[in-house]
Amino acid sequence: MDWHLMVKSIPILLNGAVLTIELSAAAVAFGTVIGLSIAMGRLSRHKLLAWPAGAYVDFFRGTPLLVQIYLIYFGLPQILNFTPPDSYQYIAGVIALSLNSGAYIAEIFRAGIQSIDRGQTEAARSLGMTQAQAMRYVILPQAFKRVVPPLGNEFIAMLKDSALVSVISIEELLFSGKIIVGRTFKPFEIYIEVAVMYLILTLTISRLVNYLERRLAKGDTR
Amino acid sequence: MIRVNNLYKHFGKLEVLKGVTAHIREKEVVVVIGPSGSGKSTFLRCLNKLEECTSGEIVIDGIPLNNDDTNINAVRREVGMVFQRFNLFPHMTALQNITLAPMKVRKLDKQEAEVQARALLRKVGLEDKADVYPDQLSGGQLQRVAIARALAMRPKIMLFDEPTSALDPEMVGEVLAVMKDLAREGMTMVVVTHEMGFAREVGDRVLFMDEGIIMEEGPPDRLFNNPQNPRTKGFLSKIL
Repeated sequence: MDWHLMVKSIPILLNGAVLTIELSAAAVAFGTVIGLSIAMGRLSRHKLLAWPAGAYVDFFRGTPLLVQIYLIYFGLPQILNFTPPDSYQYIAGVIALSLNSGAYIAEIFRAGIQSIDRGQTEAARSLGMTQAQAMRYVILPQAFKRVVPPLGNEFIAMLKDSALVSVISIEELLFSGKIIVGRTFKPFEIYIEVAVMYLILTLTISRLVNYLERRLAKGDTR
Repeated sequence: MIRVNNLYKHFGKLEVLKGVTAHIREKEVVVVIGPSGSGKSTFLRCLNKLEECTSGEIVIDGIPLNNDDTNINAVRREVGMVFQRFNLFPHMTALQNITLAPMKVRKLDKQEAEVQARALLRKVGLEDKADVYPDQLSGGQLQRVAIARALAMRPKIMLFDEPTSALDPEMVGEVLAVMKDLAREGMTMVVVTHEMGFAREVGDRVLFMDEGIIMEEGPPDRLFNNPQNPRTKGFLSKIL
């Protein structure tokens, strides 16, 4: 074991880890906006909204993320006929991760909304509220609480899946490792170090989610 | 106030209502009784379109419900409903439960809505519970807040769907007392219930439903003491 190399590599890998966190956070943030809209679409009575939303979820959950990344990084400039700007890989990476996590988050929201008792909607509607008002003031505030833990899990999944964007040269954690391996030919030391860093990230987030879950559970009855 | 003509409701192949006709006058208190599965709750839920009827006509205060031009939300503002399982909003205090719809639907400002809500809480005997969340309230208190919530829209009609069926026996009285007050004030009420004492004391008219139709109707004294239909007799003999 080349311990010296491992210590020396820490700063570079940490830089990569920061980018990994940023990518995942951006993906989950945009994914939440996408997911909420798609969930609303899926729950809509209008077929014209429900069908495309369902197709969206099917496509992004049913095809490999790697293929989605290639489609957006290589495919989009070709079909839309534009020359990718210099840092296009970041844009493509965030778009691909966001679209993908949006599909999973849509299902999280759908389940959260559907878990709220029907009587809540009925009570709101019986008071003269529109479907949209009932959703906004009665259903969503209750559903949001319930989706915090699964959203945390989605963030953890995204931390790991974001390693895939290393294929389009985004210097996140895995890509930083690859560069060092290319220079030093010490794959075991470096990839173990990369793995441990991912582990620290995911364990930290999962502790955080557990803590949030416990705090929400305290107020859950209200 | 409420006119129902030849109302049918199917759930798939199951026929729940098979031609219900009923007319309810302003300020009348009508109590609907009958065995479970007789369609009485479905009938009530058709009156504010929580259930869509399959065929037939419902006119509320001159407005036909199954007309495409009718804004159902406008009708529901005038028709309050109280549910068996309360359905209070658990993420809001009692006060917020009551002020939400007046603020969002009637566009009252917050202060007006709160003044009104506190008055209603006083009316149902819960003025000290304004800032309490539903999980801190007993069943009887929950149902009284639910009644106050419905009243906050200043409805012309109140529908009660087995309002005391989910309550412990010692809490039934406090809810019925609020309903009696309401009846005395002249509220038009349709009450689905198993509380025969309430029906006798407060009801102007009792409808006995069975197998999706109104089998018999009449003033409570007549219907309870001298039922004509053998079904009514059978039902009453089992529960009285």
